Amino acid sequence: MNGPHDLGGQMGLGPVAPEVDEPVFHAGWEKRALGLTLCAGAFGAWNIDESRHARENRHPVDYLSSSYYEIWIKGLERLLLRHGFVSQRDLAQGRAVDGAPQPKRVLKAQDVAGVLARGGPCDRPVNAPARFKAGDKVLTRNFSPAGHTRLPRYARGRRGTIEAVREGFVFPDTNAHGKGENPQWVYTVVFDGREIWGDDADPTLTVSIDAWESYLEPA
Amino acid sequence: MSHDHDHDHDHDNELDPMAARVRALETILTQKGLIDPAAIDAIVDTYETKVGPRNGARVVARAWNDPDYAEWLKRDATAAIASLGFTGRQGEHMQAAFNTDETHNLVVCTLCSCYPWSVLGLPPVWYKAPPYRSRAVIDPRGVLAEFGLTLPADKKIRVWDSTAELRYLVVPQRPSGTEGWSEDDLASLVTRDSMIGTGFALAPDQKGPAA
Repeated sequence: MNGPHDLGGQMGLGPVAPEVDEPVFHAGWEKRALGLTLCAGAFGAWNIDESRHARENRHPVDYLSSSYYEIWIKGLERLLLRHGFVSQRDLAQGRAVDGAPQPKRVLKAQDVAGVLARGGPCDRPVNAPARFKAGDKVLTRNFSPAGHTRLPRYARGRRGTIEAVREGFVFPDTNAHGKGENPQWVYTVVFDGREIWGDDADPTLTVSIDAWESYLEPA
Repeated sequence: MSHDHDHDHDHDNELDPMAARVRALETILTQKGLIDPAAIDAIVDTYETKVGPRNGARVVARAWNDPDYAEWLKRDATAAIASLGFTGRQGEHMQAAFNTDETHNLVVCTLCSCYPWSVLGLPPVWYKAPPYRSRAVIDPRGVLAEFGLTLPADKKIRVWDSTAELRYLVVPQRPSGTEGWSEDDLASLVTRDSMIGTGFALAPDQKGPAA
């Protein structure tokens, strides 16, 4: 979707303002928000793409005025409601009122180290040879899907060069919506800064994205 | 629930809205038997005390001191990094970007907050926030200036937008005057920001607590 999260090239959002000696968390609730999100992810009821889309599919004013972990909690509440683990009555009363389905897994403290060390690899075999090779010229698609995508707006309809053929990866555009993993080859595609931003762009700039094969056409 | 913030108020009555909201959610899920609060503690402890930019600094220091390791890191970063014991969540598919005399690398995630947790830990707030995500791809020199970095006008800048599940680790250039240094000493020069591309490795006379 052409959502508020797709920020590359937007202007007027202010200075970066790096914080000296920044702590890992800025409030106790942020720690719980991180842990809750990872524990709920371990239920196995949704994937990382559905989770990202739940955070991003928000009104721009809400998205841009929410802190990072605030967005995570809003996204988590949406996922828990969608999959029936919490109800509106639970949330309204701040305690468990209604029942919940049994998830595939409840993450226990003693299993945390193993689960985090394994992570969630998303490489998958693809039953077709890669369409492109390093050095190929490509044109990114121009589209505006209503659902999830990982092709940023600034990189649509642009001419670039394949720098590397990566692996087969789960395709977020379908995986986020329960329509299957449909793995595709992923490529690192490099663009000249002027191709993206116009003649006034920094002439020393190149920008790369990692693009699924269906985002690309030969150029 | 942690109470380690430092402002002074009555926690029973004055929870700020987000603290109350998160506590309610944890309460509901715990009462339903869906969450083990001790698992949350273990996750937080992992990223506060175990997984952080010191991991990445080990990788960079090894690459500086061992050309064979540097080659491996270029060719197969996931395996080369795993060989030092750094694996897992948000580091499943790694790629190293080596700074050179010609090119400076900068990593961003314009769409969300993708970041190599296994080697750098959790991202800083600025990395996840709209100003950095919007500007890194269009005005990297302006962004770097806010970190106190000025690159030569003819230096190439390569910005890596982490749009898929590859996670990028910048390998900064080795500071001069460090010939013969041990890996431990070299690692102390490698800051978090130098592995994102918003910093350089420290010079020997800047050695101190790393960012």
